[in-house]
Amino acid sequence: MNKPILDRNLYVPAIDAWIDPVAPKPRAIITHGHADHARSGHGAVLATPETIAIMKVRYGADCAGRFETLRFGEVLNIDGALVSLHPAGHILGSAQVLVEANGQRALVTGDYKRLPDRTAEPYAAVECDLLVTEATFGLPVFQHPHPKDEIARLLKSVADQPERCHLVGCYALGKAQRVIALLRDAGWDRPIYLHGAMIELCGLYEELGVSLGELLPATGMPKAAMAGEIVIAPPSAIRDRWSRRFPDPVVCQASGWMSIKQRARQALVELPLVISDHCDWGELNQSILESGAETVWVTHGREDALVYWCRQQGLAAEPLALPGLDDDGGEGGA
Amino acid sequence: MKRFADLLELLALTPSRTRKIAALAQYFSEVPDPDRGLALAVLTGELDIVNVKPALLKQTVLAEVDETLFALSYDYVGDLGETIALIWPHHGEGELPRLSEIVTLLNRTSKADLPRVIGNMLTRAAIHERWALVKLATGALRIGVSARLAKTALAEMSGVDLQAIEEVWHGVKPPYGELFAWLEGRAERPAIDHTARFHPLMLSNPVEDSDFEKLDPRDFSAEWKWDGIRVQLVLGRKGASLFSRTGDDIAASFPDVVEVAMGQAVLDGELLVGHDFEARSFNDLQQRLNRKVAQGKQMAELPGFVRVYDMLFDGDEDIRALAWEARRERLEAWFGRNPQTRLDLSEVLPFGDWDDLGELRRLGTESHGHEGVMIKLRTAPYVPGRPKGFWFKWKRDPNVVDAVLMYAQRGHGKRSSFYSDYTFGVWKGNEIVPIGKAYFGFTDEELKQLDRWIRANTVGSFGPVREVKKELVFEVAFDSAQKSGRHKSGVALRFPRINRIRWDKPAGEAARLEDMDAFVG
Repeated sequence: MNKPILDRNLYVPAIDAWIDPVAPKPRAIITHGHADHARSGHGAVLATPETIAIMKVRYGADCAGRFETLRFGEVLNIDGALVSLHPAGHILGSAQVLVEANGQRALVTGDYKRLPDRTAEPYAAVECDLLVTEATFGLPVFQHPHPKDEIARLLKSVADQPERCHLVGCYALGKAQRVIALLRDAGWDRPIYLHGAMIELCGLYEELGVSLGELLPATGMPKAAMAGEIVIAPPSAIRDRWSRRFPDPVVCQASGWMSIKQRARQALVELPLVISDHCDWGELNQSILESGAETVWVTHGREDALVYWCRQQGLAAEPLALPGLDDDGGEGGA
Repeated sequence: MKRFADLLELLALTPSRTRKIAALAQYFSEVPDPDRGLALAVLTGELDIVNVKPALLKQTVLAEVDETLFALSYDYVGDLGETIALIWPHHGEGELPRLSEIVTLLNRTSKADLPRVIGNMLTRAAIHERWALVKLATGALRIGVSARLAKTALAEMSGVDLQAIEEVWHGVKPPYGELFAWLEGRAERPAIDHTARFHPLMLSNPVEDSDFEKLDPRDFSAEWKWDGIRVQLVLGRKGASLFSRTGDDIAASFPDVVEVAMGQAVLDGELLVGHDFEARSFNDLQQRLNRKVAQGKQMAELPGFVRVYDMLFDGDEDIRALAWEARRERLEAWFGRNPQTRLDLSEVLPFGDWDDLGELRRLGTESHGHEGVMIKLRTAPYVPGRPKGFWFKWKRDPNVVDAVLMYAQRGHGKRSSFYSDYTFGVWKGNEIVPIGKAYFGFTDEELKQLDRWIRANTVGSFGPVREVKKELVFEVAFDSAQKSGRHKSGVALRFPRINRIRWDKPAGEAARLEDMDAFVG
């Protein structure tokens, strides 16, 4: 019987490292820069160069004792255990972690999506024996529409109500840049206005080669000038006092959760945009089957349904209760 | 159908009341008959598609979707219509027929064939059309649009006074062709036959202790607040109707009342049960209310009667514009002309000042089980709705008990992601036994705190229900307590609500079952 190469806390004994630990550890492998995966205070952080750059911008250059860069395609050999990172398609730099040791392959997906997105490296399917998958949208009610259609709805609303300003709530990391890129690709070439929390990360994306077009700070503009414009801001700001500076704003939010109207209503969102940086139910199913894994651990989200589905497919599956994760996640960039 | 689905989506998501009214008015003025009338019926809850019930929709979906995955999804989404719209696994091409064709199709299709027909439409529909389709079929909208708002839009669209629309409302039926014709000035006002029609009720406002300084007791009359249900008894030439406060005709449940009533009038009063006009408990009344059709044995044991306190029509004459005093005189005279066996008059309570009335209220609630007293301005006309300053209710102080939170369940609708339905209990020896459930009485902020606490203190879950550590104490307010075989504790609370969350209080100090005896009357 081989020793397990990964335990239920996502600890990899062969290389003495944890994957996305919530508490400070001597050595951490970080899948991507969202706060529920990347924390500060680790002794060493192993991640893609993009993720490391993001962490430094968000938490400061000294947020870890040491950074070890591992590019996509590179393989790190530590005492015969092989570690490699593979694009997860979730946000810029997001990676799936593959560990190979004792003749077994274990893959931790982190957060991932399969739809093309020019602000993230395209998802790569990886075969493995043990798959640890996220399940943010792990219920069959989540069938994400095509993001192009959602952006078209936003642009139609802007055209129909030129006297109002559209405030699009987006997570500052990943979603904001993706929505901007989608707007550009749909032909929106006016300046896009940013909440202060977005500016630095958009700059970083530009530096890393993702072109976003003309971006201006949203604050300091005369109110009337913002009619007919699009503003990108964190979800918390769009319903707060901050939004009063805009003319009769249409509160929009870009998130996979927005497919549930009652959720949108709760969040006082007038124009929900179902734009998700995670797999929907069908894509989760597809990814699990394609991985060829015989054992599936499910985490980050609605584990019950996905575990049930895996077992129906004859796979050994169980939920992973990782510490520090709430039902709907904190910052999931959903 | 797309137009209707777009409208529903806008209504569900637009926070601004003005914008909702504008969207409705635009829809009603642009969409032709009979589609707009059917949409109006959906919005006002008047459209009944007899054969399409939630169970049938579920059955339709479960033929295509795994039952466990459906149950987990429904628990998460919290709204049946939305769950079905989102989970339906097939996507096809084509447009849905117009609203009126869909309604006709659903009404004409045999029960056996309905799952196929509905499945077909779900496949062809866009997601928000599916959602609208399910809402339409089940009538459970939950999108924050009241019938009142829809009528307000009719007023906005036509310039006809809202009150005038309310007046004719219960005399018109879907798809409301004659109503729209009148609103658009193409026809006379629809005839009002008040003999078969519900007239919107006049409601009261709670009175605060501080209000009394501003109110002169000489301007007011007082009556008991009876512990039954509010009804409107319509005695017409062709027959009698007994309407609940929402306008449902419950005459079939109370033939012992309506069949023996004499005279013609529209009366406002309280439905109660008991012999010789001695009102029994609300619990007893509930046994009658639970039956759609009355049963002989129950009618003999719990005969119904109406305690009348106001009159809207005297014969054919609309007297609502008269002052309360004048209406009361007419009512007493009418009773003189029409001797009754199952109707009596609600007595007017003599009192000098507010302290007098307070003392009466105390006696009445403590010794006779009254809900409190009603205070009515002598000069007030009968105005539908809840006008300010005319009628006040001065309810008895609620009973309170400290109970321990036991289970929590996720809410529905707007609260679909929050654990907002709470079961609480009291000590019986060393265990806690449930005494009731409540899902309101707390603020949105408190709901968030409770939701967090519940997630962090779950010890078990059974389907959608979480069992929590028996550590959190609620001060529960309730109107009364009754013996009940349904709860393990043997006690059931009437109208329980969370009065306060006692984050500070240890569970060991919560009430014991013995303490409840004092409340069981």
